[in-house]
Amino acid sequence: MDLSDYPLELPEGDRPMVRFMNVTKRYGTLTVLDRLDLDVAEGEMVTVIGPSGSGKTTVLRMLMTLETINGGVIYVDGKPLTHMEKGGKLVPANERYLRKARSSIGMCFQHFNLFPHMTALQNCMEGPVQVLGMSKSEARARSEELLEMVGMIDKKDQHPSRLSGGQQQRVAIARALAMRPKVMLFDEVTSALDPEVIGEVTNVIRQLVAEHNLTMLMVTHQMGFARDISDRICFFYQGKIEEEGPPEQLFETPQKERTQQFLSAVKDAG
Amino acid sequence: MRFDWDWEFTFEILPRLLAATVNTLIAAGLGYAIAVVLGLVFALAQRTPVRSLTFTVREVVEFIRSTPLVLQIFFVFYVGPQFGVRLSPWTAGMIAIGLHYSAYLSEVYRGGIEAVPKGQWEACRALNMSTRDTYLRIVIPQALPPSIAGMGNYLVGIFKDTPMLSVIGVAELLHTANAIGSENYRFLEPYTLVGIIFLAISLPAAGFVRLFEARVRRKLGL
Repeated sequence: MDLSDYPLELPEGDRPMVRFMNVTKRYGTLTVLDRLDLDVAEGEMVTVIGPSGSGKTTVLRMLMTLETINGGVIYVDGKPLTHMEKGGKLVPANERYLRKARSSIGMCFQHFNLFPHMTALQNCMEGPVQVLGMSKSEARARSEELLEMVGMIDKKDQHPSRLSGGQQQRVAIARALAMRPKVMLFDEVTSALDPEVIGEVTNVIRQLVAEHNLTMLMVTHQMGFARDISDRICFFYQGKIEEEGPPEQLFETPQKERTQQFLSAVKDAG
Repeated sequence: MRFDWDWEFTFEILPRLLAATVNTLIAAGLGYAIAVVLGLVFALAQRTPVRSLTFTVREVVEFIRSTPLVLQIFFVFYVGPQFGVRLSPWTAGMIAIGLHYSAYLSEVYRGGIEAVPKGQWEACRALNMSTRDTYLRIVIPQALPPSIAGMGNYLVGIFKDTPMLSVIGVAELLHTANAIGSENYRFLEPYTLVGIIFLAISLPAAGFVRLFEARVRRKLGL
């Protein structure tokens, strides 16, 4: 498919919050995503599972524009994210376009990536003040509200080095939410945590799902958690969606052999 | 040959050498100020996506680091006039030594910037920060503390290299000691004093750099 075959904008009535259309990602000769099609509806919580190397983290990183795209187009809210219009057709987006396009997306990382030279509160205020141009007092109010929500308000003046992994991840969630994204990405946010603090992070995400109409895309190894809160599960295998469906269906009656193998391997390990 | 140290002569020449020390410190300070700023420019220029700029700056830095400082000083001072650039010894000296050390400092900065984890850059992108804010507010503050030790070494280095400016007639310590020596046919005392003065400044300076590094780390909460 040539770039001119992709619509400049998705038509009214067929505008999921996120659409991967024929997306390919290669690292050298290794194809990580192979002509992927994936829609995420507004307010939907989709969890991506699969063996390591199946490309599930790449899906999130592409959507955050941390990786370049080798084929296809990603649309967010109907508009192209990875490409922009030029002379009536799509061309790869430049940095200026990307800055505008990715403003509706927020992301939390496996290793938190908090800014170590700033306190928890300063971490949350940084984006609103520097990027959104918000006044400091307004940004502080918003940040404190979010730190309250994730249960970190009493640690707001601590630097990340003084916080546990679970606490750092909760601050990172507040920091991402402070930018008011429409789409939130959670990339293995509990994988680097000690088992006893995983709950404090998953509880925050549960609360988000219950109380907010955020569109969320998550990669996790916590199968029980994924099953509880997801609207849909996508099982990735070798850069493609091997099988997808509602959690009960996918976990209880998986249709594909690879899905069955993966789930029983995970169950044995757990 | 015998060792005869003349204390009277020593005290007679000390004020002149101390006055020259001020010049040495000014030369080191000015040269370092140029190097600190220009070094950062060199380091950042090597990180732009503009290939030709990156390549040119990289080669310039390599060239400066691979040729002797004293040659660079001669070059700026004596070759400049052939191209119509006529500079005073001080100006030529400051340009040469500042440029020389900016090449070294750019490598220190580069190391510091490369030591900032990739996740920090990705977090900046996820927060949609501009490249400018990413550098100024996130990357450089974190690149600074690990760079301080290297920057301190070169501060002492530039101070010890200022005697090279004597070859074009900048009246710093060594130049003054030479003058005293040839006026009086006595070199033992002036050269010894120059050595002691350098030692008396270099040693505490290295200690201060370590204290400063600890302070910056504390201040940034690292």
